[in-house]
Amino acid sequence: MSEVLARLDLVRMRKVTRAATKHGTKQMARYDRAITVFSPDGHLFQVEYALEAVRKGNAAVGVRGTDTIVLGVEKKSTPKLQDSRSVRKIVSLDTHIALACAGLKADARVLINRARIECQSHRLTVEDPVTVEYITRYIAGLQQKYTQSGGVRPFGLSTLIVGFDPYTGVPALYQTDPSGTFSAWKANATGRNSNSMREFLEKNYKETSGQETVKLAIRALLENIEIAVMTKEHGLRQLEEAEIDAIVAEIEAEKAAAEAAKKAPSRDT
Amino acid sequence: MECVFGLLGDGFALVAADTSAVHSILVHKSNEDKVMILDSHKLLGASGEAGDRVQFTEYIQKNVHLYEFRNGIPLATAAAANFTRGELALALRKNPYFVNILLAGYDKDIGPSLYYIDYIATLHKVDKGAFGYGSYFALSMMDRHYHSGMSLEDAIDLVDKCIIEIRSRLVVAPPNFVIKIVDKDGAREYAWRESIKDAGVSAA
Repeated sequence: MSEVLARLDLVRMRKVTRAATKHGTKQMARYDRAITVFSPDGHLFQVEYALEAVRKGNAAVGVRGTDTIVLGVEKKSTPKLQDSRSVRKIVSLDTHIALACAGLKADARVLINRARIECQSHRLTVEDPVTVEYITRYIAGLQQKYTQSGGVRPFGLSTLIVGFDPYTGVPALYQTDPSGTFSAWKANATGRNSNSMREFLEKNYKETSGQETVKLAIRALLENIEIAVMTKEHGLRQLEEAEIDAIVAEIEAEKAAAEAAKKAPSRDT
Repeated sequence: MECVFGLLGDGFALVAADTSAVHSILVHKSNEDKVMILDSHKLLGASGEAGDRVQFTEYIQKNVHLYEFRNGIPLATAAAANFTRGELALALRKNPYFVNILLAGYDKDIGPSLYYIDYIATLHKVDKGAFGYGSYFALSMMDRHYHSGMSLEDAIDLVDKCIIEIRSRLVVAPPNFVIKIVDKDGAREYAWRESIKDAGVSAA
């Protein structure tokens, strides 16, 4: 295990700083200058460029229902020789929290690892599971730190974090972005085409539960997709390809029926 | 005096521990659970310095869970035992933990296994083991009656025999014990053996 939780995180931090000072102070001086600086008109261009990277990433959508939360990500056509099971875009942070993201996947690995450690560290120190808001605040805080440190660039990803509050059982969906801002959502999309998906969700969102929530998420994405469903009892469950296909077929049938219904009245007039 | 013991049976492993929390001449409580459910298919029975016991076992538990989230699969019993032993060894020459551990687990293709880990980071894979003053009686009882592949009824019977010996022969014998089991269906509490229930507040 490369990094283990220390009883107090201070122990780990001390190890990190000892390693850092091994490099000569001259080298440290060269990398001290901030990469993220203000422009004359008040922009942080590195952060905005990071948002560009997010906009180029695979689409991810999250929908909050009354008893179910759904995360979906667009799957880019997998190369034939690649083992698709090794590319997991929706991950568990804890038994009751899951995350999907759009943007630089390598940056995502680092952030997810830190979040997983924090989930266990929180359980260790206060004997309580994290709330969705806590871990979102933590991840957002981490993303913000990297917009205000020397020699580092911001994380190039936006995350969608879902989960159930461990005590009240209330479902929650949060989004963070490279600037470190976060907020709660009923439904949201990020990554490629996120604007059109968000418009679709705004038009079609209503309080749903169970399968209806899954359908809404799939309708928003409707291409090559990976879908995971979180419920209080069963935690996070990835849907099988067959299940997704079945729901897509249902949706197509509903669409066709709606089209037919639209055409029918005009024949009568 | 604290006592933890365990044994392997046919497709399962049992870990039993006393449930007394003692400080000098005072018994704080007699229903302290010292057998932690490490994850879905592992038990960690620990005895020793009270603070160290809780701190160390919780630390191991959270790191075992972290491994499972990072890698998508649970840690094997042997790996968990070696990790535990490694952490004890790391701390040994600086800030040792006074905790003795019996780690029992069930792996799908290996079956049940039991590991003896003492406070100076000894690690042994065993069929039966025990810690504490009670170990003198428990090990003797198990040497006499244990055989590999025991059924659950026979194994529980043997555990009860050990508990009776400890209760009758140890001068400051712990009154209550907890027995936990791990098999293919997971780790869970099996039974308590109580001879003293924590008394409620008596009426004035």
